[in-house]
Amino acid sequence: MHILKLVFKNSFRHKLRTYLTILGITIAILAFGLLRTVIDAWYAGVNASSAARLVTRNSISLVFPLPLSYKDKIRQIPGVKIVSYGSWFGGVYIDEKNFFPNFVVDSISYLELYPEIVLPADQQKAFVRDRKGFVAGRKLIAKYGWKIGDTVILKGTIFPGDWEFVLRGIYRGRDKTVDETQFFFNWDYLNESLKKTTPARADHVGFYMIGVTSPSAAADAAAAIDKTFKNSLAETLTETEKAFQMGFVSMSEAIVIAIQLVSFVVIIIILAVVANTMAMTARERFVEYAVFKTLGFGKWHIAALIFGESLFITMTGCALGIVLTFPSAKAFGNEMSTFFPVFNVSTETIYLDIAASIIVGTAAAIIPTWRAINIRIAEGLRRIG
Amino acid sequence: MEIKPPIVEIKNLFKSYRRGNQILPVLQDINLDIADGEFLALMGPSGSGKSTLLNLIAGIDKADSGSVTVGGIDITNLSETELAQWRSNSIGFIFQFYNLIPVLTAFENVELPLLLTGLTKKQRKDHAEAALYIVNLSDRMDHYPGQLSGGEQQRVAIARAIVTDPLILVADEPTGDLDRVTAKEILELMERLVHELGKTIIMVTHDPRAAEKAHIIRHLDKGVLNDAHTKTGI
Repeated sequence: MHILKLVFKNSFRHKLRTYLTILGITIAILAFGLLRTVIDAWYAGVNASSAARLVTRNSISLVFPLPLSYKDKIRQIPGVKIVSYGSWFGGVYIDEKNFFPNFVVDSISYLELYPEIVLPADQQKAFVRDRKGFVAGRKLIAKYGWKIGDTVILKGTIFPGDWEFVLRGIYRGRDKTVDETQFFFNWDYLNESLKKTTPARADHVGFYMIGVTSPSAAADAAAAIDKTFKNSLAETLTETEKAFQMGFVSMSEAIVIAIQLVSFVVIIIILAVVANTMAMTARERFVEYAVFKTLGFGKWHIAALIFGESLFITMTGCALGIVLTFPSAKAFGNEMSTFFPVFNVSTETIYLDIAASIIVGTAAAIIPTWRAINIRIAEGLRRIG
Repeated sequence: MEIKPPIVEIKNLFKSYRRGNQILPVLQDINLDIADGEFLALMGPSGSGKSTLLNLIAGIDKADSGSVTVGGIDITNLSETELAQWRSNSIGFIFQFYNLIPVLTAFENVELPLLLTGLTKKQRKDHAEAALYIVNLSDRMDHYPGQLSGGEQQRVAIARAIVTDPLILVADEPTGDLDRVTAKEILELMERLVHELGKTIIMVTHDPRAAEKAHIIRHLDKGVLNDAHTKTGI
């Protein structure tokens, strides 16, 4: 018979209370884990960005294009290794509710610049060769049930008309941070169509994606690019891919902060619940603690009993919460794939769950322990009678 | 003939409690010697200070002044930690309401004080089983307190008190929560501990029938110890 056994037995003396407390912690950890995963999903683009890539856009706004002719000038700048370009296409598949990100890109340079987009070699060749070809992430493919060779029509919103594409490749992400819900098609298809319909819009890109020789060269290269186009008709703003992605996230920063606050409020609420449970538990057992002290058990033994019980309850709830977080996140991610294409429970979230549970379990036991170890034995024993 | 020193020596003991701004004297100039193997009953009306005196002898309360020497150790000079260790080795406690741990079996309750010793698991098992055998509860060792009668629970408490072979046993109203027949059984068991195992018992009681079993009865009144009333020689 050891103290641990006593901790375990004590934990289930009031089974209903213990089960309800564990249930509360499980739900809190589940909610905390999901909210942290939502925040991670918000930053997925930022986290997936490379330090060796820059994005150049019009300095006025992203909606203003840049001339395609900048490509060769950018390529000349020291530190620049690869230059690719593209635009947000903004096409709608059948109905507006079927949202997914779709881009027009220079296929060869784009696939070279983004090795995390893994495409089989034969599909890559077929995509580059077919002007009307497109590639899509496997999640998007699974959602709409497309097959290689299928024709898909997008209704253009920025570039009006019905645009017909043929599926030539299905990419997967090199790791979990890659968005597998995107749709890419060849630049030439859009540009040549624009030359016929709206020549003024042709040979203009939404942004350049630039690979630099090393992350350390990024700052100098960015400054040099912007300096090159200073005082031109379309001045540029070049930033790291991470900063570019952060620009989007910062637009909704208030929401992210609100979610973060809510996630911590959940933990504070459960701390209050566990603290209340432990306060009740300790109050009911003051006589026993007095008996333990009478028998010669020290303050550390009493503290071990109370902290042990509190941590046992919280860690049990934490373990259940973590186990439930994965299927819940998967279901939530599937349901919300339009908004959160990358929705994975990160290792950091699990660590945060565990850390929060340890903090809750420890904090909830502090006051009951302090009271229990400071009670005079004679006073504690008198409580019974 | 060799004269053995008393196992408990109390000299000029004072104890008071503070209630608000008032200081209430509880024990006044107590002097008491208890011989090894003696069964002493402390009697007195409620509030006379008998439980307080018992607590001071057992090292679970602190005196204002004076000394309490048990087995040659002046416990009034010990720190809280030293007192806790001393209690675990030297004192066996029997409470009015048994104070068993409800989630532990009779065996585990008896084993509890042994966790503070350096005994092996096997040694602890042997000691606990022996103590339960002495109180005639070998067949109930796997029962939880809730599955035992009041008398059986008190016997488990007595087994827990003797399992470490302490210098003295202190009992605070050990029959106070029991019916007459069961109380008699418990008192007979305590008598056996004195006569057969040579234990020293200090018992606080209101019950004259319980006190009758003791060798010596001492009366406390308003914190003052009256003259000894020796029932039988020892």
